[in-house]
This record gives sequence, C-alpha cells and structure tokens, in this order.
Amino acid sequence: MIPELGVFALAVAFVVTLVQSTVPLLGAARGDARLMAVGSAAATAQLLFIAVAFAILTLAYVRSDFSVANVAENSHTLKPLLYRITGVWGNHEGSMVLWVLILAAFGWTVAALGHNLPPSLKARVLAVQGIIGALFLAFILFTSNPFERIVPVPVEGRGLNPLLQDPGLAFHPPFLYLGYVGFSMAFAFAVAALIEGRVDPAWARWVRPWTLAAWCALTVGIALGSWWAYYELGWGGFWFWDPVENASFLPWLVGTALLHSAIVVEKRDALKTWTVLLAIITFGLSLLGTFLVRSGVLTSVHSFAVDPARGVFILGILILLLGGAFALYAARAPALKGGGLFAPVSREGALVLNNLLLCTAAAVVLVGTLYPLVLDAFGGGKVSVGPPFFNLTFVPIMVPTLLAVVVGAMLSWKRGDLAGVMGRLWLAAGAAGLVAVATLGLGGLRHALAALGFALAVWLVVGIAVDLAARLGLGTVGARDCLRRAAKLPRSAWGMAVAHAGLGVVVAGITASAHWQVEELRLLRPGETVALASYAVTFDGARQVRGPNYSAWEGRLVVRDGDRLVATLLPQKRFYPAEGQTTTEAAIHTTWLADIYVVLGKAEEGGAWSVRLYHNPLVPWIWVGAVVMALGGMLSLSDRRHRVGAPRRAARAGSEPSAAKA
Amino acid sequence: MIRVLAVVLLALAGAVPAGALEPGERLADPALEARAREIGKTLRCLVCQNQSIDDSDADLARDLRAVVRERLSAGETDRQVVAYVRDRYGDFVLLKPPFQPSTYALWAAPVVLFGLAALTVVVVLRRRRGAADVARLSAEEEARLARLLDDGRR
Amino acid sequence: MRLRYVVPALVFAVLAAVFALYLHQVGSGGKNIAEVPSVFIERAAPPLALPPIEGMTGGLASADLGGRAVLVNVFASWCPPCRAEHPLLMRLAREGVLVYGINVKDKPADAKAFLAELGNPFARIGADRQGRAAIDWGVYGYPETFVVDRDSRIRYRHVGAITERDLETVIRPLLARLAR
Repeated sequence: MIPELGVFALAVAFVVTLVQSTVPLLGAARGDARLMAVGSAAATAQLLFIAVAFAILTLAYVRSDFSVANVAENSHTLKPLLYRITGVWGNHEGSMVLWVLILAAFGWTVAALGHNLPPSLKARVLAVQGIIGALFLAFILFTSNPFERIVPVPVEGRGLNPLLQDPGLAFHPPFLYLGYVGFSMAFAFAVAALIEGRVDPAWARWVRPWTLAAWCALTVGIALGSWWAYYELGWGGFWFWDPVENASFLPWLVGTALLHSAIVVEKRDALKTWTVLLAIITFGLSLLGTFLVRSGVLTSVHSFAVDPARGVFILGILILLLGGAFALYAARAPALKGGGLFAPVSREGALVLNNLLLCTAAAVVLVGTLYPLVLDAFGGGKVSVGPPFFNLTFVPIMVPTLLAVVVGAMLSWKRGDLAGVMGRLWLAAGAAGLVAVATLGLGGLRHALAALGFALAVWLVVGIAVDLAARLGLGTVGARDCLRRAAKLPRSAWGMAVAHAGLGVVVAGITASAHWQVEELRLLRPGETVALASYAVTFDGARQVRGPNYSAWEGRLVVRDGDRLVATLLPQKRFYPAEGQTTTEAAIHTTWLADIYVVLGKAEEGGAWSVRLYHNPLVPWIWVGAVVMALGGMLSLSDRRHRVGAPRRAARAGSEPSAAKA
Repeated sequence: MIRVLAVVLLALAGAVPAGALEPGERLADPALEARAREIGKTLRCLVCQNQSIDDSDADLARDLRAVVRERLSAGETDRQVVAYVRDRYGDFVLLKPPFQPSTYALWAAPVVLFGLAALTVVVVLRRRRGAADVARLSAEEEARLARLLDDGRR
Repeated sequence: MRLRYVVPALVFAVLAAVFALYLHQVGSGGKNIAEVPSVFIERAAPPLALPPIEGMTGGLASADLGGRAVLVNVFASWCPPCRAEHPLLMRLAREGVLVYGINVKDKPADAKAFLAELGNPFARIGADRQGRAAIDWGVYGYPETFVVDRDSRIRYRHVGAITERDLETVIRPLLARLAR
C-alpha cells in the first residue's frame, strides 16, 4: 500500500507543478499579487510531496520491499544499510526522483528566501522552475515509475552492481545533481528576465549565488567521480574523456564562464545578453548530459537494452525547455540594452577573453563527444573520438586561458594597465620560467609538455600570491596594517584567489601524474620484493577474507623506504555471490606528494599473483585542488554582498573602486 | 557515476574491469614492450566502453595485445602494426580519429571555433571601446584617481 | 544584426533534429548503436587455412569458399549466445544451406561435446585455436555470422546470436538473391 502512496505523492507533485508553472505567470502578466503568491505556496508543496515520495522509496529500499520492481532489481537483503540507502539513486528511476527532489529544493529556496525579489520576477522564476519540475515529473510518472510492483514478489533482490557498493555512490551523484540542477536556477532567472525584458546588476546579484553554489557542487561532484573511478576501477587513471564524463564537464566549463560573465553584469552592467545566453546554455548542457546518459544513444554495449521511449521523452523535454528559451532569447534579447563601455585591456576585456576561451573549450569537447553520433546518424561510418583527440585540442585552448587568469584578475575595471600588471608579475613569470627550465633540464625535451604544465601551475599560484601580497601591502606596510587589510579584503576577493590557486594545484597534479606515473606489473611470489620509485614493496602473499556480502582474496604488501616502514597495503579481489560479479579494490597509500597504488590481479600457479603497482606523483593534488576551488567558491558565496536574500538593489555598480574586486 | 556507470554496463556485458595487461603477456625487450604499450593505448577495445585495449581485460583486448606484440617482434613499424589492426576492424578501433574526408569537420572544428572566438573577442572589444576612449583621463585626473584608489584599498 | 540572436536557436534546432533522427534510426530497429560494421563487406573474404578440430575431418581454407554462397559461422563452446542460435543453424543446414564453422579458442573435447549435444550443422569446420583467424576476419563478438558469395566476397556480417527475425528479414533473402 505504501509504494502506491509514493506514486500518489509524485502525481500530486505533478499537479502542483502544473499550477506553479501557469498561475504565477498569469499573475505576473496581470500584476495580480495574489496569483503571483501562488508560486511560493506551490513550490513549498511540490518539495513536500516529492520529499514524501523520496522517503517512501528510501523506506522500500531500507526494508527490502521486493514487491517494488525497482528495489528487487537493484537491492539485496545482505547489502549493508548504507548501500541499501544509496542504492535508491544507483539506478535510473531512483536517481530521477533524487533529481526532481533537488530541483524542488532549489525552487523552494526562491520561495523561502526571495522576500526582496521583485514580485513579478519571483513569480516568473518560480513558474519556470515549475515547468521544469512538471516535465521531469511527467517523465518519471510516464516512463520511469520507481514504485512499479512486480508479481510474484521475488524472495530475494538481484542486488546492486558491486562497483556501486561504495561510499562514492553516497556522495558523487548527489553533488553532481546539485550542480546540474542548481544551474536550473540560472536558467529560470534568465528566462524570467527575458520575459520581464530587464537585466540589471540586481538581477546578476541574484543569479550569482545560485550559480556559484551549483558550480561548487558540480566541481566537487566531478572531482568525486574522478576520484571514485581512480580508486575503484583499478587502472590508476582519473579522467578518460568518456562521453559520460564529458557530459558532466560541459556544464562545468560553460558554468564557469557564466560565473565570470555574471560578475561583469553585476559590476559594470555589461554583457547582459551574453550572460543570459550562457545561463540558458549551461542548464541546457546539464539537460543534454541527462539526455545522452539516459537515452542510450551513447551506450555501446550489446546486452544493455534501453527503452527508446525514454530517449524520445527527454528529447521532447529538451526541445520544449531549450527551444522555448532560445526562441524567447531570439525575440527578447535584442531589447536588452548593453551598458558599460570598457577598453580592450581591462577586467571586462579579460573576462570576455576568459568566457570565449572557456566556451571554445566546451564547444570542442561537445563536438568531439557528439561527432561519432552525428557521423553515424548520417551514415558516415563509425569512428571513435578518444583521449588523443581531446588532449590535442583541449589542452592548447587551456594554455592561454590559464595564462590569462592571473593577468585578468589584476587588471582594473574599464581600463587596465597591462604593462603595469606584467611589471608586477615578474616574480611569477620568473618562477614559472625557472620551473620550466628545471623540468627540461632534468627530463629533457620529451618533457616539454610537462614543463609547460608546471610552469602554468607555478604562474597561477605565484601570480595570485603576488597579487594578494600587493593588496595586503606585504613588505610595504607593517604587519598590523597587513592584517587589517586582510580582514577588510572582501571574502569574494579571497574566494577568487583561493579558487584560482586551486586551479593551479589541479594543473600541477594532472601534469605530474600524466608524465611521471611509474607502473610495475609483476608476477610476485610471497616474499618477493619490487622496487617502486624510491620504495621497496614486499609481497607477503594473499589470503581469503569475508565481507558482509562478498568473499575476497586479500593481498598483503609492505611498503618500505630504506628501513622505514611506510605502509601495509591490503588490495582485494572481491567476489559478490548475489550479483555474481568480481571487483578489484585497489589499496592506496597517499603521501602529500604521491600515491602508492596497488592492485591484486590473478592468481597464477605456484602461489604467485600478478600484481600491479603504481607510483602516481602529485595525483592527490588533482582532487585536493578541485576541493580548494570549490572552497574558494564557497568563500566567495559567504561574502555578505552575495548573500542570498540580501541583494542591494542600489545601482552603485561601477562606482565602487577596486576594493570591490571580485 | 560517470566512469563507474560505464563500467557497470561493461560488467553487464560479461567483461570484468581491472586487470588489463598481465605480466605474462609482456615482451622481454623493454623498448619493444614500451612501443607495444603506446600502440595499445591508441587502439580501442571494441567490446568495451571507450577503453583502450591496454586498459581492458576483455578477451578481444588480450588477443589484440598479443597480435600487436607478435607483429612488433616480427620487426614491423608502429604504423604497420596499427594499419594491420585497422585493416581488420576499421576506423572505429582508432581512438585518435584519422584525418580523412569523414573527419575533416571534426579536425577543423577546434580551429574554426577558436577562430570564431578570436573574431568575437575582437568585435566585442572594439564595439565596447568607443566611449572609453572619449572618457580618457588627463594625467592630472589619472594621478588623482590613483590616490583615490589607493585610499579605497586601505 | 538581429541575426546573431537567432543563432543559438538555429544551432539548437540542428542538434535536436540530429538527435531525433538518431533516436528514430535506433528506435525503428534500423540501427544498432553498438554494432561496428565489418570492413570486409563487398570485399574478398580474408584468407583462411585452418586445420580441422582435433579428431575430426575437414578443416577450412580459402579454397573451400567460392563457387557457391555459404554461411560462415564463428562459434565456440564457451559462448552462451552460440548455444542459443545453434538450432537456427541446424535448421538452415537441414534446408540445404551450406554452413561452415570457425571454432575459436576451444578445446577439441569441448567443441566436440558441444556439437555432439546440439548437432553439427557445419559442412566444414576450421579450428582456430589461437583466435588469429577470428582477428583476421575482424570478429569482435561471439558468435558472428558471415554470408560469403560465390566469388568469395563477404556480403553480410551479423554480430551476436542470429534470431528468427534476422534469418527471415536479412539472411534468407540475401542467400536467395545470391543463389540466383
């Protein structure tokens, strides 16, 4: 009986979204405050009903109610409680419920925190959120009902793929969805602004926090996914330019551009139509990712049957939402008058450059991702577009982007002094050059790319440090003054510095791990020792162990550095009888400078095991750097000037001198 | 879910991830083995999802790795080895798409897009410049502004 | 200058149209996303020189192809879908279709047990113990079925178990055409 309540709750939520997507629009058009107010109530009700549905589904998983087909197909009584709960979104139907739950939660924040939004803008934003919600709830109800029953009720569930039985599943998808869905706020604000026919700094102050929040979540989500793949899949790789990965990377790239162009709207009242367009495209790419992943057009494995009806339905949603938004844009954007003027060399100019480089990078990744599909659709044959293509095309675009980050952040608004900025950056340039020369000197010319990568990383970090030092007056004023200035520097400025420095850390991590990964592939007998980088790793043999729902062979490897014991690593090769699948669990020892990564392979005759050992220099920096970037975003988000609910409508933008650098 | 989901699909097809190249498969000559690894990274395993044969544990990937090593040992060049595999499995096995009529558009895209972006930057910056030039400050004003800015920072 | 505001809508429209086309092709069953077409279609079958399965007679060589349209089935006892499609091959053989087999990476005893249990539809079988002939033919999934015409050219390749539907809609009509 309870699962039917879940369907009922979703159906009620659907009806509520229908109201939410129409009545407030009508109210805004007529200037009727009572009709407009319906939006807030509907948004709250929508969240409530979806939360109930989500809770019921979770309950079905926790209680292993196998009369629900979704639970029977994706769960098992022997599964630990954590994975029974996370299993809710470890499948298509359940993850869609999480998707709409997050959407409703975002919509609700507008209702709850948007007191000082102009009522008509608020009503329209909520209506657009309602439309998105209605479409996806319809998608769930008509094609992907998570509460469908099966008769007869199976005694036991089919279990969850063991690869997904990992804490990674608990965090990665929710963060990813917070990012994807969070961009719906920017989209809703963009569409509402197009309807209103007005984009001003106040609008940008509303859009930025949500975009920033979504961006932080997506950054963390992508980093978690990459990390999860790194430790779970046992190849020691972290990014594969897989279409599914690219699908998450595209909104991130364009979302990053949006984040920066919104600053220009806020500070200088310029780049309005462009920012509105980016807001639409960012969410559009999130939806595109949903389409590509769930419609099966990118699946290339024989036995996986995908319901084409789902693909058609999502394409329909895409056409309605994006087609509608782009049509509205074509009709209304010309009326949005551009504001402030600026010289080519200026903060604005640098942000324009940043935007176009990021968008070009995104466009290149998009073309590479979709090319095989398009070629195939037109009968042009099958080709693969793999990592070599993306490395060759994406990296060159990133080089000028990274170079510009430091310079752009130091230019002043309206008209900057490039020569002056470059003069202040001599230290960063010198340090970068030194690192490049050192890398080439140690590694030779074949490490030219590594030299470039390191130089860029150093350029970023040192450049930001130089800028911060100058702002704080380090070396020119006393320590006390310095502290005072540090306290007065806006959080958004700190946030920017931290996020950009995080980017430098990521670049260093990618460069080092891509160029200096050491791999040892050995057949080891118990007692044998392998040299790995500067370590000696001794294989102590393997034994059988039992887990809650698996049995495993566990290898024991002792890592020593000279006489010093560094770590004891216990990689496993697990067998999950319920699912009939095998997984490998890598054992990783992380120092701040490298990962020692060990995977247990096959047992061979005579007690020998094939063992894969990796020394991945700086690889932890990739994820640490990404988290630092997200922290920078959150720091900026905590700036009181960005705080949700307290946007100043004053048109003082532009009159603030460089203290307002963000 | 990203990569992990991709691998879930793969697992459904019966292949098991991780493992890939086994110690016993390697060539004794390290230089030749290194070439084999590099070639392996550029060839796609047809039954896997976007994995190279070097990364994959699928039977086909193992067979292709063996073929690559056999032909290298027989003295073929990297190019010949790749051509051998491509002659049998088509362009699809090449992770780096070949430059040919069907992929001209793909390879041209980055250049064209970059050109478009550069053009846009120029156009936008030119159009925006107009009044900023008019509003150019005199040296005296500049100095005053600098003082103000400095104050503003404190 | 209004045009530039329409560009995003146009780009999106093109993209959506391509997606719709692709979904239609996939949904209508006309296109299998996963299938990689054989490079040998309309080209000469790659050379073969395979011994028989140990303890059997026959073997399969290039000289055996040609003169008459033939179905070449790549199979193995360790491949469950091979088992699934086997009855269809038996039926074809009974109807007089010439069916050859390439037995890949099988132990002779396993292969013989497989044929003893399910019947032997193959007029000739070549044993490809190393799986190299399969690679020469561009085989990537098991089973695979090729239609080779009287001039030894490959006319069609099917990846995976053939079904009744494949048989009726593609293979039989093609064989009938080739027989003319």
